[in-house]
Amino acid sequence: MTNDSELIHPLWVRITHWVNAVAVVILTMSGWRIYDASPFFPFTIPVQITLGGWLGGAIQWHFAAMWLLLGNGLVYLACNVISGRLWRKFLPWSPRAFVADVLAALKGKLSHADLSHYNMVQRAAYLFVMLDSVLLVLSGLVLWKSVQFPILRELLGGYEAARRVHFLAMAGLVAFAGIHLLMVALVPRTLLAMIRGR
Amino acid sequence: MIKKPARQLGFNGELLLKDALKDIGRHLEQPTRRAFLQRSLSLGGLSLLSGCAVVDESSVENALMKVSRFNDKVQAWLFDPKRLAPTYPDSMITRPFPFNAYYGEDEIREVAEEGYRLEVTGLVADKHAWTLAELRAMPQTDQITRHICVEGWSAIGKWGGVPFASFLRRVGADLNAKYVGFKCADDYYTSIDMPTALHPQTLLTLTYDSQPLPPRYGFPMKLRMPTKLGYKNPKHIQAIFVTNTYPGGYWEDQGYNWFGGS
Repeated sequence: MTNDSELIHPLWVRITHWVNAVAVVILTMSGWRIYDASPFFPFTIPVQITLGGWLGGAIQWHFAAMWLLLGNGLVYLACNVISGRLWRKFLPWSPRAFVADVLAALKGKLSHADLSHYNMVQRAAYLFVMLDSVLLVLSGLVLWKSVQFPILRELLGGYEAARRVHFLAMAGLVAFAGIHLLMVALVPRTLLAMIRGR
Repeated sequence: MIKKPARQLGFNGELLLKDALKDIGRHLEQPTRRAFLQRSLSLGGLSLLSGCAVVDESSVENALMKVSRFNDKVQAWLFDPKRLAPTYPDSMITRPFPFNAYYGEDEIREVAEEGYRLEVTGLVADKHAWTLAELRAMPQTDQITRHICVEGWSAIGKWGGVPFASFLRRVGADLNAKYVGFKCADDYYTSIDMPTALHPQTLLTLTYDSQPLPPRYGFPMKLRMPTKLGYKNPKHIQAIFVTNTYPGGYWEDQGYNWFGGS
């Protein structure tokens, strides 16, 4: 079997990946505009890179794209679990192997010959972004419906704490996306694989 | 703080004239709203979605509004009429409690207690106009709850007054009606769903921090709902009406979500 003929990403992975990318871009840019309405850190996001034009518009975008993220995310997780891909691709994960792979990457010795195999750094990044997305949805639920989800609200430390959690989880997602795009730029055939499947 | 430069049409005591002005105001707002949307569409977010530069702007606007209406339904479904918002001790009250309106603090309306009457119309048995003394004579309660603004910030305050459910029952309101609408002395208007109107923490508020409601917080009365965002809580209420016809609201007509629940 050669890497060229073998399917790296099944169709459902590719579809959910790109739907998720669209949802994340809309949610992030509109979320920045919402943050700007009442910033709790000593900075605002430049309005040119936000979506919605005004608070009401940004909220409409945000609360429309949230369904896209949630629905698509549930389909992705369900397929991932049912097909067994979650365990096959992302686990096992060991801290020792992770450190070894980080060192290899820094020395430029981490192989990308087989795109269907994820090294420990990739596994960590993808598992992180899955968990981070779940945290984004849960903290978002608390911000949207803090009275209706009391257990979730208290778990996150109350409404005001949930705002910070939601923001920091966003920052984590944006950091992931930045590194992700950098890696794609370094190994461009991963982009082809996510489009064609091979 | 939300400030709205448009619509400085002033206040006139006569309701008819006020309604006419409101309609004009709505038309005046349209260009502003268009400008907002044009700005939002020029950001490239859409060309990313559709892959083309030219997008029918009003169809996107309509689609987003439809999702917002869908979100109203989801929120009505999620809303538990018995679930209470958290309450807090006196020590946690935010001082000073922030002022917020669609206008600045220099434009706060001063409503005189003398001659004030609360109009109650629509699907109610008793349509008599209420004096403040009559309202103060009803059983009162108070609560310390968190006010959450659509902008994201929140503050804890102490409000007292008549549970709105008792008031609605007292005037013989049709409790199966869909909406309760409010018209205010500051030309603000909004409307809420009946289940929220009947929620035990929904309060026809006459006091703030055990003092008569000051003008900045909406004298002579506001509707306080810890289960809804700030813009759903009208101040300076002059008229309450029960209806099955969707009444909209000042911000809601411009694109804020109507249910606005928390």
